[in-house]
Order: sequence, then structure tokens, then C-alpha cells
Amino acid sequence: MTPSSNSQSASFLSRLRQVPRLPFIWQFTWVYLTIMLFVPVIALLLKASTLSPAEIWRIATSPIALSAYDVTFVTALVTAAINGVMGVIIAWVMVRYEFPFRRILDAAIDLPFALPTAVAGLTLATIYSDSGWIGSLLAPFGVKVSFTRLGVAVAMLFISLPFVVRTVQPVLRELEPELEEAAWSLGASQFQTFWRVLLPPLLPSILTGVALGFSRAVGEYGSVVIVAANVPFKDLITPVLIFQRLEQYDYAGATVIGSVMLGASLVILLAINLLQAWGRRYDI
Amino acid sequence: MTSEVFNPFSRKPSPKTDSKELAKRGEWPKLVLIGIVVVYLALVLLVPAINVFVQAFDGGMEGFLETIRQREFVNALKLTLLMAAIAVPLNTVFGICAALALARKRFPGRTLLISIIDLPFSVSPIVAGLMIVLLYGRNGWFGPLLESAGIKIIFAIPGMLLATIFVTLPFVAREVLPVLEEMGPELEEAAKTLGASSWQVFWRVTLPSIRWGLLYGLILTNARAMGEFGAIVVVSGSIRGKTQTLPLFVEEAYKQYQTQSAYAAAVLLALLAVVTLVLKEILERKTAIKDAE
Repeated sequence: MTPSSNSQSASFLSRLRQVPRLPFIWQFTWVYLTIMLFVPVIALLLKASTLSPAEIWRIATSPIALSAYDVTFVTALVTAAINGVMGVIIAWVMVRYEFPFRRILDAAIDLPFALPTAVAGLTLATIYSDSGWIGSLLAPFGVKVSFTRLGVAVAMLFISLPFVVRTVQPVLRELEPELEEAAWSLGASQFQTFWRVLLPPLLPSILTGVALGFSRAVGEYGSVVIVAANVPFKDLITPVLIFQRLEQYDYAGATVIGSVMLGASLVILLAINLLQAWGRRYDI
Repeated sequence: MTSEVFNPFSRKPSPKTDSKELAKRGEWPKLVLIGIVVVYLALVLLVPAINVFVQAFDGGMEGFLETIRQREFVNALKLTLLMAAIAVPLNTVFGICAALALARKRFPGRTLLISIIDLPFSVSPIVAGLMIVLLYGRNGWFGPLLESAGIKIIFAIPGMLLATIFVTLPFVAREVLPVLEEMGPELEEAAKTLGASSWQVFWRVTLPSIRWGLLYGLILTNARAMGEFGAIVVVSGSIRGKTQTLPLFVEEAYKQYQTQSAYAAAVLLALLAVVTLVLKEILERKTAIKDAE
């Protein structure tokens, strides 16, 4: 080795040492995120990109996939909207009223976060079946819930229930009742008070909760797969379709439809972030 | 009444009409709304939850005991505990590191990074499982390499652990980050100026301040790790007595019309959920008291 190259490498090393070394917590965070999160996500996207665009389009828009999107996204949207309305009512009742068992009921709202989804699916399928506690009351009217699209909806209602309640509750607690009393004393009707005084500051948190619930319902697998009959074009949801594709070793099919789901998740995540930024307007 | 001078600008309302009016206004909607909430929660949450306990002991203690003595059941229980025993500590260390790193530094892309950490919440567990299969499966990226080395990840415990870690990744980081942001860097800086090492600052200053948030994150991570179904079913192949956790055992028993067995396993998981909720409630009250002080 010549002296000049030696000094060059030495100066390179000393320059390398001058680069501020990332602290341990950053190193660990990046390495862990890379192994556990980034590499798997990239693997899915790269696998999808090995197919030709025409092939991707054909799989992503095949009739069975389209009907699965319909069942998944439309049902999730409807149930998230129902829970949007019910969530506001529940949050209102829990924050403003005092009644027996309120605390227990309030704590029970988190049950869908804590109860494994397979258990939720099992008990919902039993209760809403023709011979179940609630299903047997509905059967005389010709309403079948378990093993139909309605069953999918009930499972999604269960899974997305806590989100709106938990996003609205803290905002509602901050709103002083004086505001409503002022509106009322100025002659506003109850409806006007709700529409003009209460709803505007609550709206960002309601929409955030609906988006979170929607996102959870769209991705839900465990409870739906047990409650539904999983019949194509009837009550087959997209995650079950992906699972069936994998079971048939159709990796291309699973990858493309999985990428569609991943894309949908990213869009919803972006929407939630925008909604939260919008909600911060009211924080002062 | 006679001694009082009439003042049109008095803020004091005439008490009689006001309270009556308020009561009339308040009582009806209140009862109706409470009624709606109770009926809705009963239909969607409470009746299903109670049903788990009723069905589990429908065949008496005998049926329940018979199930929990099965070899497959014991194996599923052990695997469920193993999932939590490995995923929870790993994600806790990651969560603390990520929260510390993110709380003490502002940089472009910080919000984006936080959103990315949230991704496992919004992506379907089935897609999470699919990603791991595409990486470590037979036809996956690392498949041939692993096969030649004789390491089995898919349809085996390592894959199930990877899936569990993926779906529970954000909890601790998400619970600890706001606590750290609230706390601010002043205390830590003070400790540092007084000559404490980084470790001392962490153990003596940071950790005691974030302990409730951390515990909250731990409880949520644990509940999800033990209860995860979708991601694990994809990577495990749900082989009876081998790669079945309790949630998978529940589903398979139900599909085989062994309802009694399904509910016996389900009731254990439901108990886990109840314990989780109780601990959550206790922690929420503790932090609420601290906030009020």
C-alpha cells in the first residue's frame, strides 16, 4: 500500500467518524421497522409488480373480486355510518347523563378491542342463527342474519363500535353545557342547538371515528369468516377471497387483491390524518 | 318579593318556571336516548358477550373440563402464551425506542413516519399474513435460502410470531408517544446537567413518568397478541395440535360442529378480554386522577 492511499483511507475514516452516528434508539427503531414492517410491505408490492399491468387489471377487476369489494366496502361503509350516528348518541349519553350501571356500560364499549375476533364471530353466529336468542325472534319475519350479508354487517357493527364513541367522548367533555344553554336561552330549538352549536366542533372527531371504524371493518376477517357463509357473489368479503386464493396456491391472485386492500388502507390512513389535522383547528 | 327591585338585566332567572321547564326539556330525551343506547349495546355487545359464558357451561362443568384436558387444547393454550411472551417484550422495547426517538426530535417526514407505524392498524390482518408468506414462504423471497438452511418459518412457530409482531407493532409506541410529548424534555435535561448517564436518565426519570401509558400499551399489545386470528391463520396453516393458537382452535372446533369445545376455549379468551378491560379501566382512572392533580 502506498503512503498516499494510506493517508487517503485514513482521511476517509476520520471523515466517516465525523458523520454523526445515529443514537441507539434510532438505530433500533429503523432496523426493527425495516425487518418487521418495510420489508414485508415491499415484498407484497414487488411481487405484484412482477405481473404485467394487463394481468393485474384482469385479476383486480374479475367479477368475483368486484363483488367481494362491493360486499366489503359497501357493508363497511353502511355499518361505519350507523356506528357514526349511534356512537354520537352513546358518547352523549355517557358524558352528559348519570344512570345506574353507566360506568360498566362505558367500560364495556371497549369490548371489541379486547375480545378476540374469533370469539366475537362464534358468539354472533350462534345468537343470530335461526335458533339463537336473537335470530329466533327475527326468523318468523323471514329475516336471516347468520350466514348472510346481514351477518357480515352485524360482525362489522360489533368490530367498529368503539371508534366513534372514543373519538367523540373527549371532545364532548370539553364542550361546556353553558354553550347549549346560551343557544337555548337565545331561542334555539333543540334541533337547532344540536345542528348549529354541538355538531360543528364534534364533526372532525365524528368523521375520524367513522374512518377508523370503516378501516377496521374493511380489514376484518376473524369474526366475519365465522358469521358469514363465504359464498362468492353473496357474502364473500375481500380478505376471505385473498385467503381462498392463497389456499389454492394462486399467489398472483392473492397478491393483486392484497395490494388493492393495502392501497385502500393507505388511502383511509391518509384521510384519517387529514381529518385529525382538520380537528386540530378547534384546539386552542 | 316586594323588597326586590325589578331589574330587567338581572341574570338570576325566576327559579320556579326555569327548573320545571328544564326538567320537561331534559327528562324525555334523556330517557329515550338512554333506552336506545342500552338496547343497541345489548344487541351488539352485551348479549353476545353473556352468551359466551352461558354456552361454555351449558353442558355443565363436565363438558368444559373434557375440552380443556384435550392435548390439542393444551397445546393451543401454550402457543397462545408463547405468542404473547415473545411479541409483547419485543414490541415494548421497539415502542419505547420509537416513542423516545419521535418525541425528542422534529424533522421533516415525522408525521409520515408516525402514520407508517400506524399501518398495521389499518391493513387487514389477512394482508399482513400474506406479506409474510410472500417473504418467507416456499415461493417467497427468502424461501429457497431458508429451505436450504433447513429453517421452517411458514406453517411453523417463527412465522406465527412474525405475524403477531406485525399486527401488534404500533400499540406501545402510540400510547407512550403522547405521554412523552406531554412531559417535555426539561426533566431529562435537568437530570443530564446534574451528571446522570443516559441509562440513569431513562430508568430514574423517563420510565417512571411514562409508566402508566406504557402499561396501557402493554395490555393492549397482550390482548391483541393472544387474540390475533387472521394474520396467524394465513401463516400457520392451522395444523391441529401443532400450529393452532386458541383463536384458531375456537374456529376449527366450531367448523367441526364441536360447539362445546369451541365455547370452552372461547370462554378463556373472553376472560382475558374481561381482565384487559378491568385493567384498562383501573389505569384510566389512575391517569385521570394524575391529570386532575
